[in-house]
Order: sequence, then C-alpha cells, then structure tokens
Amino acid sequence: MTADTARHATAQAQAGQPLLQVRDLRVYYHTPRGAAKAVDGVSFSLEPGERLGLVGESGSGKSTIALSLMRLIKPPGVIEGGEVLLGGEDLLAKSEEEMRQVRLAGVAMVAQGAMNSLNPVKRVREQILDGLADHGQPIAKRAVADTLGALLRSVGLKPEVAGMFPHELSGGMKQRVVTAIAISLRPKVIIADEPTSALDVVVQRQIMDTLLRVQQDLGAAVILIGHDMGLMAQFVTRLGVMYAGKLVELCPVQAIFDEPLMPYSQLLIASLPSLTKKGELRGIPGLPPSLLDRPTGCPFRARCPHAFDRCAVEEPALRELRPGHWAACHLY
Amino acid sequence: MANTSVNFPTPTLASPHARDRTAPQALLAYCRRNPQLVIGAAMLLGLVLVGVLGPFFVDPKQAQPLSAPTAQPPSRQYPLGTDDYGRNLLAVMVTGLPLTLRIGFLAGALGLLVGTFLGFVSGYLGGPVDAVIRTLVDTSLTVPGLLILITIAASIKGFISVNIMALLIASLAWRQPSRTVRAQVLTLRDRGYVQVARRSGLSTPEIIVKELLPNLLPFLAASFVGAVSYAILASIGLEALGLGPQNDPTLGMTVYWAISFSAPLRGLWWWWLPPIVAVVILILGLLLLTMGLDEIANPRLRRAA
Amino acid sequence: MPIGYLVRRVMQFFIVLWGAATLNFFLPRLAPGNPVRDRLLSQASQGGLLQSGVEEMVRAYNAEFGLDKPLWVQYGRYLYHVFQLDFGFSIANYPAKVLPMITAALPWTIGLLVVSSCWAFVIGTLLGALAAWPRAPRFFRYLIGPAMALSAIPYYMLSIVLVYLFAVTWPIFPLSRGYSISRLPGFNLPFILDVLRHAILPGFSIVLAALGFWALGMRGMMVTTRGEDYVTFAEAKGLRDRRIFFSYGLRNAILPQMTAFAISLGTVVSGSVIVEAIFAYPGIGTLLLRAISASDYFLIYGIVFMIVLSIALATLAIDLLYPFLDPRISYRKA
Repeated sequence: MTADTARHATAQAQAGQPLLQVRDLRVYYHTPRGAAKAVDGVSFSLEPGERLGLVGESGSGKSTIALSLMRLIKPPGVIEGGEVLLGGEDLLAKSEEEMRQVRLAGVAMVAQGAMNSLNPVKRVREQILDGLADHGQPIAKRAVADTLGALLRSVGLKPEVAGMFPHELSGGMKQRVVTAIAISLRPKVIIADEPTSALDVVVQRQIMDTLLRVQQDLGAAVILIGHDMGLMAQFVTRLGVMYAGKLVELCPVQAIFDEPLMPYSQLLIASLPSLTKKGELRGIPGLPPSLLDRPTGCPFRARCPHAFDRCAVEEPALRELRPGHWAACHLY
Repeated sequence: MANTSVNFPTPTLASPHARDRTAPQALLAYCRRNPQLVIGAAMLLGLVLVGVLGPFFVDPKQAQPLSAPTAQPPSRQYPLGTDDYGRNLLAVMVTGLPLTLRIGFLAGALGLLVGTFLGFVSGYLGGPVDAVIRTLVDTSLTVPGLLILITIAASIKGFISVNIMALLIASLAWRQPSRTVRAQVLTLRDRGYVQVARRSGLSTPEIIVKELLPNLLPFLAASFVGAVSYAILASIGLEALGLGPQNDPTLGMTVYWAISFSAPLRGLWWWWLPPIVAVVILILGLLLLTMGLDEIANPRLRRAA
Repeated sequence: MPIGYLVRRVMQFFIVLWGAATLNFFLPRLAPGNPVRDRLLSQASQGGLLQSGVEEMVRAYNAEFGLDKPLWVQYGRYLYHVFQLDFGFSIANYPAKVLPMITAALPWTIGLLVVSSCWAFVIGTLLGALAAWPRAPRFFRYLIGPAMALSAIPYYMLSIVLVYLFAVTWPIFPLSRGYSISRLPGFNLPFILDVLRHAILPGFSIVLAALGFWALGMRGMMVTTRGEDYVTFAEAKGLRDRRIFFSYGLRNAILPQMTAFAISLGTVVSGSVIVEAIFAYPGIGTLLLRAISASDYFLIYGIVFMIVLSIALATLAIDLLYPFLDPRISYRKA
C-alpha cells in the first residue's frame, strides 16, 4: 500500500465512511454432497465505536462470519466471494502475510470457547508477548512488567497473573486474559464470539462489563456474536438476525423488541421468557432448511405462519422498511 | 440476569434423500471407503495361499538338508535357489511360511483369550482385583518383551518346537489386549443399556456375554490382529537370534541361518531376501488390517487425517 | 514434588528390577534338564576348559549360591549380589567376570543406539508434525506412506538389506565391526572418524526403521492439536506460522510422544541387539548373541538385567522430568 492510498483511506474513514463494510459475503463448505452455503450473500457495515450484535441458531452462519472477517476459514470452507473493507481496504484481497498483520492489530478476536483458547503449556506472559513480538512491537525487557501489568489491570486482573499457567486460572480469569490479548494492540474492531458461553451468570455479567469498558477506552467497534437476547439487549446498539446463512433483519436493538418485522424475529422475541408475562417457553416449530439443497424463495417459508405464494417463488431482499430498520420479508 | 437464551434446534447437513442400495453394492462402497482393510486382507490371503497351494508345485521334503546341490542361485529347477545345507529354498518358503503364521495366530489367539478375560475381570469388577491386574500389566509392559523371551528361550533352547514357541510368546502377548479391553469395558460398563440390564436382574456373566461382548467385537478383532502382529514380530526376533525351533525352517530361522553363514556378505541374496520380503508383506498386511479394523471399531476416527 | 508419587514411582522401579532378577534366578532351575552345576560341568567339558578352572568355578558357585542351603537363602544371597551388579563368572570366558565384559561393550551400544534412536525420534516427529500441518509443503504428506512401509520392516532385516547394498554390492561403507582392525583405539580424530564411518550403516538402519513409528504417532497427535481452540486463537492473534507450528502445535502434540519414547527405548534396545549382531558391532547385542550360542547363561542373564536396568532408569527419568514439560501434570494426579 502506498502512502497515498493510505492517506486516501484515512480521509475516507474520517469523512463518515463506515469503519468496516461487509458486502455480499459468501462462504461455502464443500462437502462430498455439494456446497453447504454457510454464509450466503451477507452485507452490513460498522461505524467506529459501534456495538453490533449478531444472533441466530447454531449453524445459521454467525460464527462463520466471525472467522471469515479474520480470514480464518479452513478447508473444506472457502470464502467464495464478497468484500470485507476495513478502513477502505479489502481484507479479502490482501496477501496472507498482510492479513496476518491485520489480525490482532486491526481486527482482534475474543474467541468462542475461550476456556480452551490459551496454550496450556505457556505462561500468560508469553502468550501476550507472542502477539506483540509477531507484530513488530517487541517490548524492551525493562518495560515488560509495566506494560503487562497495565494491560492485565485494564481487564480487571492482578499483574501476578502474568506468571501463571492457564490451568491455574478460573474460567472468568481465562476469559479476561483472552480479552487482554485481544486489546493488546488496540485494534479497531473486536469480534467477540459467544465470549461468555461457558461461564456462570455472575461472571458473564462481569466479563461483559469489562468488555464494554475496554471497548469505550479504546474507541473500538465490537461485533458480539451469540444467541442470548438478554445479553444483546444490554450490550449492543444494533442487532442483526441471521437465518440459514442470510442476514434477515438488521435494526437498532430496541426496535427488534418493539417491532420485529420478519416473522422469524417475531417468533424469536415471542419465545423469550419474560418477567412480566408468565407464559410457557415456546420454541419455534420446525427445523431450518438444509444448507445443501436450499429451497427456492424465502428460506424461512416452511416454518413461517404468514407464508404466501410469493414466498415460494421469490427470495426476499434485505430492504429498509422503517428508517434504519432493514428486513428481508415479502409481507411489507 | 434471567436465562434468556433461546433453545435453537440443531440444523442438519444430511440430505433428505435416503440412499437405497443392495447389500453387495453397499459392501463394495464400504470397501472403497476403507481400502486399508481390503489391501491388508488381500496381502495376508496371498501369503496363506502360498502355504496352501505351494505343496502342489514343490515337494516339501526338499526343505530338508542335502536334498539339492548347495548354494545354487535361482534357476528353473530351483526358483528360489538353494542354501549351504542343500535345501531347496522354495520348499523352505512353502513349509516355513505357514509355520510362522501358525506361531503368530496361535500365540495371538491365546494372548487375546487370556488378555480379554483379565481385561473383563479387571474392568468389570474394579476394586482390588483391578488394582492387582493393572499393576501387573503396567509394570510388565515397561520391560521389553523380547528380553524376557530371550531369557526364557535361552534356558530351553534345545527344546523349542513351533508350538512351544507359540506358548512362549503367548505368555507375553496378553498384556496389550488386557489393557485395551479393560479400557473399553470401563467406558461400556456405565452406559445406559448395561445399567438397564443390571437393574433388570441379569447376572454378571449374562451381562458380559449378552450386552458387553457384542459391542466389543470390533475392538476384539482389532486387538487380535494387533496381538498376532506382536507375536509374529517377537517370534521372528527370537529366531533371528537363533532362539527358535532348531529343526523347523520358519521365516526367522531361515534368516538366522543365512546370517550365521554370512549369506549377505557372500552375495547369496536369494537366501535372505525372500524370507525378508515375506515378513514385510506379512507385517504390512497386518498393519493395514489393524488400521481398517480400527476404522470400523472407532468410526469417529474416520477422515480424521 | 509430592513425596507420595515419588515413592510410588521409585517403588515401581525396584519392582521391575526385582522381577527381572527373580526371573533370572528361577528360570535356570525351572528349565528342563540339569541344575546349574551340572550344566556348568557339561558346558566346560564341551568347551575343553581346564579341569582346574571348572573345579574353581564350581567351588566359587557353591560358595556364591550356597547350593547346600535352602532355596530361599540362595535366593536372598543372589539378590544381594545382583543389587551390587555382581553377576558372577562368564562360563565361556572363565575367569573373566560378567560385569567387566558388559561395561566394555556398553559404551558402543549406548553410542550407537541412543544417538540413532534420538535422531529417529527427532526426524520422525518433525516429519509427522509437518505432514499434519496444513500450511506445510505437500511433499511431507507424501513421505508418510514410505515411512510407514519402512517401519513395517524389523530393524535387523533392514540392516541386512543395507549391508548387501552399501557394503557388498557398492562397498561404500565397512561391512562390520566398530572400527578398522588396523587402527589402535584412542581418543584422536582419525579413530573417531573411523568409528563414525562404521556406525553409519547400523545407525541408519535403526533411524530408517524407527522413523515411521514416530511420524505416524506424531501425525495423529498433530491432527488433534491443530483443531484445538488455542491453535485457532493463536492464528487469530496473527502469529507467524512458524511460531504457531512450534510453540503452539508441536509443543503440545509432542507430550504423549515423550512418554512413548521412554517406553519404546526398550523395544529399540532389544530390536537393535540383532542389528549389532549382524554388523558384529562390539556392543551388548553381539555379546548377547555370542553368549546365546555358547550357552553362557550367567552372561546372558547379566546382559538382560543390565538392559532392564538401563530402560527402567530411562523411564524413571522421563517420568520424573515430565512435569517440567507439561505444567498441568502435578504429581498429585499422576
């Protein structure tokens, strides 16, 4: 990248250009029985400092999106097409070495299943320093203790944790270490893929508070992936709903509770237990379609209570149905 | 915080079309997916055929010394040549190969039988019995078997026959199977259907025979092949040191005689090469068979690599 | 280091030694035919030894075993001697004692076996790890098949083939022995080079045959490890592939290999005994083969005991060092 295009990119970002723009992302898993379209034409954008949530059933493609933003999709998965623009630069067009530099420094990940995300035979100190060293930012020996101490304190850990092995830490502490590693190079985007799934509720809350605080300190944007609507309501500003590899609704988080447009989102909200109305816990009847032979038309129509003729023929596009509220549905 | 997570069903990648196939077609398709099994079995079958069909082509009596001119290279009359004793080496191969197979299968079967019994007892009963058996197995496994066998065989050198050889090796071949079987029994013991059988009043031997054994069959098959490989390698190792049946031309003894007469240095390649090739085919065949059986016993390993 | 584990592990070490010694004591007495003394005499007459030597030996053995005493007293005395590493006289080489014969051969064996076993372990482990690493050159994946086929050949058979090819057909390397007859052993460069030249063929056959075993085991472990969350997270950290491979993948996948290495040392040693015999290498294996063909029982039992001892020591050492390799293992659990 020349200095000229760099300046251009910065200028664009400053001119209200979104920080991260995903356009028509498609990720297929090639199986002996054909391609499973795990992510099939997803587009969204992220403003600096914004917190975006992605919810959906397991297998709806939300974790695949997280991995493809870091370009960590492994065979038989392939990123078939689309663009991922970070500050105007297409990550999908970068060389492997350029992409490696972007990981952690540009886009960092707080991994799913963070309980096992730390190397069991290395001390916390080494695992943090590894990331710095491989991005050309080794720390002088004298400064190591101070830097690590400050970093660990910022996620609510004592500096002594640096000298410990992962098996000596509790689940919540491990999650904090993973968070500390993720913010160690002050990334612009943090992807948190079900960061609290293995933790108990109290610790979940503490971890989310920590994540919120470091996000605001850094001014980083966050993509939070999960299926806990309560967590989303408290943490994110905008919410995307995934279904069968597609983004079917995208709106400010309050709007999804006030007026869900897509029938799938409606059922999702209706199935939540609530403190005020004591209803039974209802699931959504039916199963999502096979990703291998996807039916024509709307992917949700087989389970949709409002499906009509057009839904079987034509696939609905994501349209802005209310100001700032996008949904893919023929009902509107 | 209330538990607000939604219970999502798991999606399925399976295609809805059930595939209809006849049994032979399914077998063929399976063989294509598990080529190790087929190739391994074919290699072993080939070796067995050498022993079965060989006597129709060559007189086994020529495996005795002084039945041919000495140290002749392969010729039309003696396709594998002859050795310093004047033995027709083709006859030696035809007689010796089945003997080595017999030692392997006999010792493997005995070892598996004892090992399975101990493994079941150890795994199913648990407690002090388990502790004693486990200590015995673990401790003896740290001692290299070949050394124990050398000690024993050296003491009874003049008395070794093919069957004694098999017994001798079986005395060590039970250790590994007992370990594998014990581990498998432990995982099976607490499964639901075994618990149900126990509650419904079946006796311990009944549970072992009716519930556990059928589920262990693939494992036992794999263990058997493993025990046979161990036995064959051990017998050949002992024989190559001269500690085998002195009057029988097993593969290992043939190699031993070739070494003691410096056949490799004198260029008599036809003396030592055929038994080595036979051993390699044998061991490779058993190895492939084990891998193929492992895939049946442990489908989760499939496509792991 | 918790005392309980240490005591248990050291006790296991002594149980193994005791078992080996006991086997050596009772086997000659259980074997069909004559007891030790008669066998000694018949052996001596076959070997044409001087009568006086035999008488002296018989007296020595009578004194040593106290053959007139009850069996358990004999057994106790025997154990007492064995734990002083006193195995008595060599029958075939009287009045040589067994222990000095073994200690003379031991450095050759350790030099050849330990060095080539370590090479086999290092090369095989790296090969297996690279074969399972997605971003490694494809080339390594194709090497696995041949390595597996080689591992199916017993060591000693591979060495026969190597001798025939590289010492008889194309005489590049010496046929046998540990050094040239014309050279005087000494600590000087020409002699060391001569020793190395003689060690290449036997060493190579051990490395070739053992390599496949390590490669296969390591590939399996690496396939498991590369799917672990911490490897994915290391990739997400943007680490260099080399660092992920070595300190995140290999470093973890190698742990089970280390235990296997300790156990396999035994197999390697006993398998290589035959390799030595083929090359007439002046080590333990050749000594053992000669002892077997001369029915030199005390030498055989002495050698077997020494090998058992060295393997037991090696496994003990690796077991005690293991927690330094894997911080998760505290001795409490093990």
